[in-house]
Order: sequence, then C-alpha cells, then structure tokens
Amino acid sequence: MTGLLTEEILSCIGRQSDPQREIVTRRDIRKYAIATDNRQAKYLAGDVAPPLFHLHLFWDVVPLSELSPDGVSIDTLLPRFPLEKAMAGGLDITYHKPIKPGDWLTAARTLTDIYEKSGRSGPLIFYEVLMEVRNDEGALVVSERTTRILR
Amino acid sequence: MSLAPSVGLAIPERQHLCEVVQQMLYNASLWNGHRIHFDMPYATEVEGYSGLVVAGPLIGDWLHQVVDEWLGDAGMITGIEYSNRVAAFVGETVTAGGTVTAYDPESGEIRLEVYVKNDRDEVLAPGVVTARLDP
Repeated sequence: MTGLLTEEILSCIGRQSDPQREIVTRRDIRKYAIATDNRQAKYLAGDVAPPLFHLHLFWDVVPLSELSPDGVSIDTLLPRFPLEKAMAGGLDITYHKPIKPGDWLTAARTLTDIYEKSGRSGPLIFYEVLMEVRNDEGALVVSERTTRILR
Repeated sequence: MSLAPSVGLAIPERQHLCEVVQQMLYNASLWNGHRIHFDMPYATEVEGYSGLVVAGPLIGDWLHQVVDEWLGDAGMITGIEYSNRVAAFVGETVTAGGTVTAYDPESGEIRLEVYVKNDRDEVLAPGVVTARLDP
C-alpha cells in the first residue's frame, strides 16, 4: 500500500450522478441492432431491445466542446485520480426486465468504491460504479456494476 | 423448448468481421467520439496502436449475441460478467463462442462460459453468462 488515495478522493465514494431519464424508440433499437451485427428479427425490427442496449440509451450525450482532445467525454462522477492510464476493467450486469419501444427508463449512477492494490509493476487504483436502470413504476430493469483499473 | 442443454455442450460459434463502416455506425449510435476508433493517424501515431481499435462494448455485445442466438425464443439472458483483456482491430475477424457449465432443469437456470477470440486464439474477452429457459 503506497497511500495514493487521499481523504479527499476517498470522500467521493457514494457520490451520485443526476438521474437521467430517456425514452426507448424502435428506431434506436434498430440502429443499435444493425450496428452490432445482430441477425435476430425481433431486434432488427425494433420490437424489443437486445441485451446491453441500455449502454446505447445512457451513454452521455455531451457537446463537442466538452469532449477531451482524444474525443472522450469526461465522467463528472469521478474525482481526479493520481493514476490515469486505464487498464482492462470488468462489467457485471443483471437483466431484470426486457426493454421495449415506448418505455421511459431512468438511470442513476453511484460511485460505490475506490481502493488501491499493489500490482507487479506498481500501484493500481480500482474504482466501481453501479448503474441502476428503473422504469417509471420504480422497478429495476437493468443493474450494472463496472470495475475499472488505473495504473 | 428444444435446446436440451447439457454441461460441457459447446454452443455454435459466430464470427464477426470488424468492418470500418460498422464501427463508425456503432460508435455513432452510442455518441462515442473516442478517436482510437476512427482516426487512424491518432490511433497509430499518438496512442501507438497497430490500427483502429474495435470498441470494447461491441465485443461485449458479441458475447451476449452468441448465447442469445442459441437461446432464440427458448429463454432469456439474465446476467453477464465479463472483461475486455486484449484489443481487436478493424479488419480482423473474431470468433464468439461458449460452453454450458451448469444447468438446472428444475429452475431452467443455465450458466455458460463465453469468449471472443481472435484468429491467433487469444481470448479478447472472457465472460460468464447466466440465462433462464422458459418452462
């Protein structure tokens, strides 16, 4: 343990983004299905969304002027970390209900953990973000836990 | 339901050609402007990649699809755990596949180990998918 994580950084655990509410359209499902090389008729027709469609629905739509020079949108949920080189991370997703055209869905993201480990080539910082997608009745539709590693 | 899964069963593999127009449409559909996916001089000269990088979540989508196609209307995917380990580049053909590792006929719950690999047999993304077959 090299103590890279300051009190200030650790105090960001629990931070939440503003909930984002979006409507699912047949057109968006069709575009996503085609772009992912899908070949099942129900998705290509937009009758129901394929798994992982929530990623498309809730990717941050930011103005061009707010993208970094490499074209990436800056995740305002995260503090500035002392390590910046992103390594492979992981996803853990649970699908509770199917997503269909006309559904209004709301995503809430929480920074649930930040911790440090020593890797073979130096310290690593891990952080976890939980995204919960709910319908207008408040029922969970998708929950997704992302773990990212910085070195 | 005609799937008759058994532990050890390898589901049919699916190949995907990582083609440049598809990459553009995929990233546009997300609103993903990351230059490594479409700006060749940036990807190679600034970031040091050997080509345009295939978006990580698209590989993740293919992990879902190979199981979802096999399931058809017999059930649905209930969860996945996966990570992107090795990059894929535009122009490569990658292969998705999986093996059934657990099946409970009572509940219909099924578990598969899945992968997307390149033509050098490197696993780009390993994962575990859970699904439920309809009664």
